Amino acid sequence: MTTRLWKIFGGLKLPAFKTMSMSQGTEAAPLPKTLVLPLKQHIGHAAEAIVEVGDIVLKGQMIAAAKDYVSSPIHAPSSGKIIAIEKRMVPHPSGITTDCIIIETDGEERWIENEDAINANYRQLDAGVLRDIIRDAGIVGLGGAGFPSFIKLNPGSNNMVNTLILNGAECEPYITCDAMLMQEQSRKIIDGLNIMRHALQVEHCIIAVEDNKRTAHTMLVNALQEHEVGYIDIIQVPTLYPAGGEKQLIKTLTGKEVPSTGLPINIGVVCHNVATAAATATAVLEGKPLISRYVTVTGEGVSHPRNFDVLFGTPFSELIDLCDRNSKAEQFIMGGPMMGFEVSDDNLPVIKTSNCILIQSKNTKPEFVMPCIRCGQCAEVCPAQLLPQQLYWYARAKNFDKTQDYNLFDCIECGCCSYVCPSHIPLVQYFRFAKTEIWTQEQEKKTSDIARQRHEFRQFRMERKKAENEERKRQKRELLKKVSGEKDSAEDSKKAAIDAAMARVKAKREKQSVTPENTGNLTEAQKKTIAEIDSRRKKAKDEN
Amino acid sequence: MHSSPYIQNNENVSRMMLAVIYALIPGTLVYIHFFGFGVIINIFIAVITALICEVVILKIRNRPVKPFIYDGTAVLTAILLALALPSLTPWWLAALGAGFAIIIAKHLYGGMGYNPFNPAMVGYAMLLIAFPKEMTAWIPAEIHGLNFFDTLNYSFFETLPAGMNYDALTMATPLDSIKTQLSLGYTLDEIHTTNASLFGNIAGYGWEWINIMFLIGGIVLISIKVISWHIPVSMLGALAFMAMIFNFSDAGSYSPISFHLFGGAAMLGAFFIATDPVTAAASNRGRLIYGAGIGILIYIIRTWGGYPDAIAFAVLLMNMAVPMIDYYSKPPVFGAPSKG
Repeated sequence: MTTRLWKIFGGLKLPAFKTMSMSQGTEAAPLPKTLVLPLKQHIGHAAEAIVEVGDIVLKGQMIAAAKDYVSSPIHAPSSGKIIAIEKRMVPHPSGITTDCIIIETDGEERWIENEDAINANYRQLDAGVLRDIIRDAGIVGLGGAGFPSFIKLNPGSNNMVNTLILNGAECEPYITCDAMLMQEQSRKIIDGLNIMRHALQVEHCIIAVEDNKRTAHTMLVNALQEHEVGYIDIIQVPTLYPAGGEKQLIKTLTGKEVPSTGLPINIGVVCHNVATAAATATAVLEGKPLISRYVTVTGEGVSHPRNFDVLFGTPFSELIDLCDRNSKAEQFIMGGPMMGFEVSDDNLPVIKTSNCILIQSKNTKPEFVMPCIRCGQCAEVCPAQLLPQQLYWYARAKNFDKTQDYNLFDCIECGCCSYVCPSHIPLVQYFRFAKTEIWTQEQEKKTSDIARQRHEFRQFRMERKKAENEERKRQKRELLKKVSGEKDSAEDSKKAAIDAAMARVKAKREKQSVTPENTGNLTEAQKKTIAEIDSRRKKAKDEN
Repeated sequence: MHSSPYIQNNENVSRMMLAVIYALIPGTLVYIHFFGFGVIINIFIAVITALICEVVILKIRNRPVKPFIYDGTAVLTAILLALALPSLTPWWLAALGAGFAIIIAKHLYGGMGYNPFNPAMVGYAMLLIAFPKEMTAWIPAEIHGLNFFDTLNYSFFETLPAGMNYDALTMATPLDSIKTQLSLGYTLDEIHTTNASLFGNIAGYGWEWINIMFLIGGIVLISIKVISWHIPVSMLGALAFMAMIFNFSDAGSYSPISFHLFGGAAMLGAFFIATDPVTAAASNRGRLIYGAGIGILIYIIRTWGGYPDAIAFAVLLMNMAVPMIDYYSKPPVFGAPSKG
């Protein structure tokens, strides 16, 4: 079968560094003594703990529930006792601490009863029920973003999905967890794809694999032959970073471009990672929630790089030791060298989005950054077709409106521009900075809008109270008048009734125009955000 | 903490500039072959002056000296300026041009990466305006009979071997001769027959080979991706297009395409001067416009302007237009609505 592929703009041929971590099969990492489970391992609202310190939990038991629509529950990766629910350092670019549930494992690996959760004949299930199963299993995008998967399986009534793509491109250097998964769990990936296909009611499916992953491709083709289905194509895409970027992969496979401000669903495409598909199969066919993932542990800082099947909450350090940590282990990066982020130490837990731990020596000599010579190599390689050097000028000058004119928010932070820059300017760092600044400004604007609305509502309320008081006083006077002389009473009461009705109408109209409901019932998270912003602004003001 | 990416290719500014300097070598060697050792003396004087000025100014501006000396931009500027000078010149001409390029055109505008005008061309334009006689007198290709020491002697002491006279030795370039004699009413054919020694097979004698060698060097630069094809192709294309139209309309008074493409500093300008990234347009679209603008201006100035060659003025004029070109040539982003 010949498949037409489309060329993407830009991109880089990068050294792969992949074979070194693929020399041996994936093994389950040993059970650690304690597991640290952050309540937020995904995009959206943090989950809410539903256990208390001292509780005994079973493997697979839900310990934190989804807080909102865009949220995902957390499950106990092993049986044991909850010894703390407290703030701990988590893998995050800003090195923040967040609420975590800490489990002391008992080593017995007792599973929670899950017979009822097995749905081998999922084809009879309604798409909504399937989505609930996937949501309750805590499945999020395992490619690195961590967006709750059930949402992407719900196209909404306005969108027609015609293609479901499983992303097995894994284009970033060093990372091999998806390649290993495709080699070792190809059946499961195809099962998961079938489940997703049923949930989306889509006809055509594609599994995309970069053409440097021959074994993975062969294993998938073999597994597919057992299924004997014609609606799944396994397609090799050219090895080119970032071929596995969602928008880039869709362009390569379909020739269609996801609109600059839109989502794949807008052009009838849904894209999931291969590991997410495997997790979906485990959840639906085996009734087991997402409690572990494949993690690549690699880099010059370990003597025996390899992949592990790791329970969430396992500290990086244990995995690094298993791979024979050496003297070069100085810098720890979660994710790949192009898009990952450095973490301050190796004691952080593996979470749902930890696809790779890259350990390398630190370049201690700070590099001299030359001025931009406008050579334009950044624009040649930018897969979003931006002009990074122009963006850089504006980001550096803090001219954020201009950065938005130059489509800053289409930047996928792939790092190609920084990689090729002959002046060694950390371009992506400038773009992240500009994005954060713009988000902060918008958040502050939102907060001040809310404050203004509150103020307006308060004024309205005070005026209404005043009017009511006047009305009461007037009625009292009327009453006194009535007692003193009864002759105009009939006419007066009629007039009063009309006045009262008009006042009511007026009040109602005013009430509608200010829509005070928006400020009435804020969620805890919103209140927290506002408080954070207030304190930050206050701090900023104090500093000035 | 540094953010991603954590890897980098091993490209840097020095390597790029060095590649450009290497690519100049074949053209320079042929240049020396035809016009004598004055070429290499000029390069030497200009480079030394440029480096001295660079160090002094960096010190005054309190900037690190080492990275900006090793980046190679000052050396490249000096070489490009020297290649634009006539070969038999007093030493101070190259020194003055290089100093002006580095101090005024480069550092007073903020140094490497910030200068809006091509420094080498600013230096050249200043010399051309201030010293028109020295800047337009060329010794004839290959038949001047001066050795290295004769040239050196002239460069520093302005003395020539006995029996030689500067005015008798030097003459106008082919481009210059054609312009002067066309204005006197001769046709191209007449000019070619009366000045046969000035002309080669496709353009000026000697000049055609220098241009061919710079063309080869330029193609190498494109193939190793140090420069993109956009500026050279659009510049030469526009120049050829202009030449074609006018030559077609009146072959007696307008030189053919080959004379323009392989005459004067056309190839040096297209591949090595107009492609200076700092002063050129940024996007590929913009570069096409920028290059085409230079090509058209070169033809206009060469044909109707007051100067025999026009690379410097054409480049400087288009440098001025760069901010506007950049503003209006923004390419559509991935998934932009117009592309569907």
